Amino acid sequence: MKVSCRWLKEYVDLGGMNGQELAEKLTLSGIEVDAVEKRNQGVDGVVVGKVLECVQHPNADRLRLCQVDVAGPETLQIVCGASNVAAGQKVPVALVGATLPGNVKIKKAKLRGVESNGMICSAKELGLNDRLLPKELQEGILVLPEDTPLGASIIDVLDLDDEVLELDLTPNRSDCLSMIGTAYEVAAITGTAVRLPEPEAELEETDEEAASLASVRIEDRELCRHYAARIVKNVKVGPSPQWMQNRLIAAGIRPINNIVDITNYVMLEYGQPMHAFDYDKLAGHSIIVRKARAGETIVTLDDVERKLDEEMLVIADAEKPVAVAGVMGGALTQVTDETKTVLLESANFSGISVRLTSKKLGLRSESSLRFEKEADPGAVIPALNRAAKLLSDYAGGTVAKGIIEDVAVEPERKQIRISVNRINAYLGTSLTGEQVAQIFERLQFAYTTGTDKNEFVVDVPTRRGDIARDVDLIEEVARLYGYDSIPTTLPAGETTAGHLNKNQKVRRAIRHWLLGRGIHEAMTYSLVDPRHLALFPGMYEGVHPIRLAMPMSEEHSVLRTSLVPGLIDVALYNRNRNEENIAIFEIGHVFLSQQEKLDTLPQEKMMLALLWSGAAHPAHWSGKEKPVDFYDVKGIAEALFHYLGITEVTYRPAQPQGFHPGRTAEIVLQTEDGPYVAGRVGQLHPELQQERDLGETYVLELELEPIYELATFHIDYEALPRFPAVTRDIAVVVPGPTPVGDMMKEIVRAGGDLLESVDVFDVYTGENVGAGNKSVAFSLVYRHKERTLTDEEVAERQDAIVAALERSFGAELRKA
Amino acid sequence: MIEKLQSLKEEALAEVQAANDIKALNDVRVKYLGKKGPITEVLRGMGSLPPEERPAVGQAANEVRAQIAGAIEEKQRELNRRERERQLAEETIDVTLPGRIAARGAMHPLNKTIEEIETIFIGMGFTIAEGPEVETDYYNFEALNIPKNHPARDMQDSFYITDDILMRTHTSPVQARTMEKRKGQLPVKVICPGKVYRRDDDDATHSHMFTQIEGLVIDRGIRMSDLKGTLLQFVRGMFGEQTQIRLRPSFFPFTEPSAEVDVTCVICNGGGCRVCKHTGWLEILGSGMVHPRVLEMSGYDPNECTGFAFGMGVERVAMLKYGIEDIRHFYTNDLRFVRQFLHL
Repeated sequence: MKVSCRWLKEYVDLGGMNGQELAEKLTLSGIEVDAVEKRNQGVDGVVVGKVLECVQHPNADRLRLCQVDVAGPETLQIVCGASNVAAGQKVPVALVGATLPGNVKIKKAKLRGVESNGMICSAKELGLNDRLLPKELQEGILVLPEDTPLGASIIDVLDLDDEVLELDLTPNRSDCLSMIGTAYEVAAITGTAVRLPEPEAELEETDEEAASLASVRIEDRELCRHYAARIVKNVKVGPSPQWMQNRLIAAGIRPINNIVDITNYVMLEYGQPMHAFDYDKLAGHSIIVRKARAGETIVTLDDVERKLDEEMLVIADAEKPVAVAGVMGGALTQVTDETKTVLLESANFSGISVRLTSKKLGLRSESSLRFEKEADPGAVIPALNRAAKLLSDYAGGTVAKGIIEDVAVEPERKQIRISVNRINAYLGTSLTGEQVAQIFERLQFAYTTGTDKNEFVVDVPTRRGDIARDVDLIEEVARLYGYDSIPTTLPAGETTAGHLNKNQKVRRAIRHWLLGRGIHEAMTYSLVDPRHLALFPGMYEGVHPIRLAMPMSEEHSVLRTSLVPGLIDVALYNRNRNEENIAIFEIGHVFLSQQEKLDTLPQEKMMLALLWSGAAHPAHWSGKEKPVDFYDVKGIAEALFHYLGITEVTYRPAQPQGFHPGRTAEIVLQTEDGPYVAGRVGQLHPELQQERDLGETYVLELELEPIYELATFHIDYEALPRFPAVTRDIAVVVPGPTPVGDMMKEIVRAGGDLLESVDVFDVYTGENVGAGNKSVAFSLVYRHKERTLTDEEVAERQDAIVAALERSFGAELRKA
Repeated sequence: MIEKLQSLKEEALAEVQAANDIKALNDVRVKYLGKKGPITEVLRGMGSLPPEERPAVGQAANEVRAQIAGAIEEKQRELNRRERERQLAEETIDVTLPGRIAARGAMHPLNKTIEEIETIFIGMGFTIAEGPEVETDYYNFEALNIPKNHPARDMQDSFYITDDILMRTHTSPVQARTMEKRKGQLPVKVICPGKVYRRDDDDATHSHMFTQIEGLVIDRGIRMSDLKGTLLQFVRGMFGEQTQIRLRPSFFPFTEPSAEVDVTCVICNGGGCRVCKHTGWLEILGSGMVHPRVLEMSGYDPNECTGFAFGMGVERVAMLKYGIEDIRHFYTNDLRFVRQFLHL
C-alpha cells in the first residue's frame, strides 16, 4: 500500500511529523514502512503554460516551434520535439533557470538556429511514473486539463509537494490497505482523532426509487455476505479532476476516467473494492450473486476470456456473468464513453473464495488483494455512499433514492473481555487501568469498565478483523505502550538442566573426531539431480527417490537417498579450481520411501558420508605425496569405531552399485537384532569416476542410527599388566585370494586367551612364494595376567595357530 | 732420578698437548703410563736406589704419573667436547623450512554457528529437539494456526511433494511435535535447529534450502518480558556483552503478540554503517508469545500456561558474524571458503 502523506492529512493530523518521522513511528508500532518517496524528484521553476501557436520548425522536420503564454510579461518561443503538442493545450513549461529531476538545468538555447526559451515537459521529465498515464502521454508532453490555472506552479498542480510511504503490511493488517485504516493507525500513535468523510449527510438523492430500477439477490449466501448497489443516472464520462488523478498516481493506480477513478479512489479511501456497471447493459437490470455454471465464460476488463468453474462466485445479470466476484469486472458491462447510468457495486465477499478464484484464474487485482484478506464488512455502505456522492460531484450524476441490497450475513459484534492483571501477567508489565483505558481510546475501540478500571469489555470495530481473542488485544496494548518499554526478565519457573541427548553427543563426537583427522566438513543440498542419484543411489534397496510436485529445476528435483552425489559435486567443483587433494565429510539426512506416490512421511536417516581423493599425505619438500588408497579410508572407519567403543565390526567384500567391485567392503555391525549392514567403504566405480570426471576417489558411507545405539561413553578400565608380554612373528604362505581378515579371526580363535593382540606387518607376493600365492606375516603378542609365560606355553599356542591356519586356509609356514 | 722424572713429565705433557684426537691421546697414555712406560720403569728401578732416597723418588714418580694422567683426562674431556660439537654441527638442519602440517579439518560455518548457539542455550537450561525435514501440512501449517487458504501461506512459498506432504518451510513444526510428545508436561525449554526449504531462486541472499533455529519455552507464568530477557542473554553470548536488542511489532500466525527482534549492528555497534543500512540495527530474529490456539492444538491449556517462541536464520547469523557476502558459499563448499573456518 502506498500512502500519500498529503492525502492522509485529510483524515488525521500528522502532528508536524514529516514522512520519515512518521515512517519510523509506524514501523516501531507494527506497520512496517519499506520506503519513503518524495513525489517531487527535483522539479523547480516549472509553471503551467498555454500553447498559443504551434508551427513547423523551419530547419527541422521533427521539431515544432511554439509560442507559449506562461502568464509572464511576454510570450515565450519554445522549440518542442513532441508529436502531441498542439495549439490550445495547457502544458507544463520549464522556464529558463528551472531545474528538473536528475539536476537538469534549463538554459536559453538555440535549436537548429531558432531560439528556445524553456522546455515543454513530459511526465517522465517531471519525475512522474509515466507507466500510469495513457500511452499518448507517455510518448509526448504532459497535457493538462483545460481549466488548469495559467502560470501556476506545476508542483501545486500535480501535488508534487508530497511524500509517499510504502507500507509492507503483514497479512493480518489488511485494515491498513486503506487511507482511513492507516489514519486510524496514525491517530493511535499520535493520540489524535480521525476525520472521516460524511457522505450520508451530504448526499442528495432524486425522488426516483433505486429499487424500482434494479434488483439485487444473493444466491450463495456463504460466499457473499452483503451486496449493496446504487443507481446513478445522467453521468458524463470524462477525465477525473486533477487532484484525484494526482492521488491515484501517488498510490500507483492509473487514472482512466472519472467513473472508474472514483471507484478506485473510494477503494483506496475505505479499503472497500467497488465496481461500476453500465446499467443499460445489465440484462433485466438485475444483479444475481451466484456460483458460475458449468461452461460459462466471461471476458474480463483486461480483454481476456476466462473459463469459469462451478466453484467460482460471479455477479450475473438475468442472463450471464458480468463480473468475477471480488476479482474483476466484465468487459461487456464496463463503463464506456457512452455510459449514461451506472449501477455501483459495494459488497463483501468471502476471502477464501476470492483467493481461490483469483488463484485459479491467475488473475490478481487491487480488489482481490483486499477481499482475500477479508474486507471490513462495516465499509460496504459508507463506501457506496461516498462513491455516489463523488459521482454526483465529479461526473454530473444524479443519485436515485435509496440503496438496493441483500444482506446474507450480518457482521457480528465482537466483544472481548480483558483484565489489566491478565495484560500485566502476560507482558511482565505493571500497567495501570488508566494506561490501558488510554490505549483503547487512542485505538478508538469502545469499551466498558468498572470503576476500578481492571476488567474491560472491548467492542472491536469491524475494521479490525484481526482481533479475535484477548491476546490480540494484549498485542494492541503492548505495541502502543511500546515493546521497548516492556521490562527484561528471565523465566522464573523451576530450573532445568540443559544437555545434549546421546544421539546428539555421538553425532558431535563423530564430527569433531573427523575434523581432528584433517577432514573438512561440507553441507550440500537435500534436493539433488536424479541423474546423479541414478549413478550412485545409496545403500538402500527398493527405495524410490522422492520427487517434488513442482521442482524449480531438474538439478534440485528429488530428495537425496545418499549424501555421496552431493560430495561428488563438491569434489568436482574444487578440482575445477585446482584443488587436487580433497577430504570432506557431511552428516545429514537421506530420505527413503518404498512408495511410488507418498502417502506417509518418508524415513529420514541420519548418515555420515566421507569422500577422499588425491593425497593421503600431501607432498612435502622432504618427500613425495602418498596417494589415498582403500586402507586410508578403511582406517578412518576402524579408528572411528574404536573411538566410539564399537568393537564388533566386520568388513565383507561387496559389489554395490557405484563402487569398484574389487575394492569395496560393506560394514557389518553386530546390533541387538543381529548383524546389520550399516555402511560401505570403497573406491568409486571407475566408470562413475570417468563419467563425473574424477580421479581415483574413495568414499565411506555410514548410517548413524545403529552407531548411536552401539556407541558407548563407558570406559572399561583395566589395571596395568604386571607381567611381561612375549612377541612372536610368523609368516605363512596362502593362496592369493585368501582374505587376511578371516585369517586374523582364526588366529584370534586359535590363540585363545593368552593371545593379547595380532597384527599384520607384511603381505608379500613374488617369486619366493610361488605363483598365485602370497606370504602374510603376523606379529603376535602373548601375555598371561598372573604370571610370566614360559617359552613352552608360547610355542604350544604358536603351533596351534599355525595348525589352524593350515587346516582352514591351506597355509604353509614360511621358514625364515 | 728426580730430574729424569721432571723431564719425562715435561715431555709427556707436551705430547698430551699435541695430541689431536682420541687415538693420539691413547698412544700418549700407553707410552707414558703403560706397563712398559718410563714411569713404571722408574718405579721398578727403585730397588737399586739407596733406601733413604726411595720415598722421595717414589713420591715424585707418583706425582708425575698423577699429573700426566690428569692432563690426559683433561685433554680427553676437551677432545670429547670437540667431537660432540663437531657432531652437533654436522646434525644441524634448517629450522626455517616448513614443517609437516598436522591435519585439521574445518567445521562447516553453519554447524559452527549452530554449535555455538546450542552451547549458549544449553547453558540456559535448554535441550535440543529435532524433527523431520519432510513434513505434513498439518504440522507445518495447521498446528501453527495457519489453516488452508490462510493468506499467511503466501508468506512462504513451499515445495510440495503431495497435497499433504511438503518440505518444511520453517523449523516451527518441531514446536508442535515437541509439545505433543511432552503431553502437557511443564516446563518445555527446547531449541530446534534444522534445514528448511522455500521456493526461492538461489542468489546472493536467497537459498532454496537454509537453516533455522527455533526456540520454545512453555511454563506457568511465562511473560513477554521473559522473552526479551532470554533473547538479550542469547545475543550477548553470541555477539558480545555490549549488544542491545530492539523488538518491533510484527505478525506470525503462531505467536501473539509477535515481534521482530533487531540487535545493535555487529559491524558498527549501532553507530550506523553500510551493513545495517545506517540504522544501527540488524534484524535477526522473529519471536512472540505462543498463540493460545497453538497451545490448545498441541494439548496445553492456555489458561494454565503461557510460552514464548523465537526463530532465526543460521545463515544470517553466520553471515553477520563472519561478514560472509553470499549465502551460496555455504552450500558450494569451496575449500578456500571452508578452510577459513579452521580457527577456534
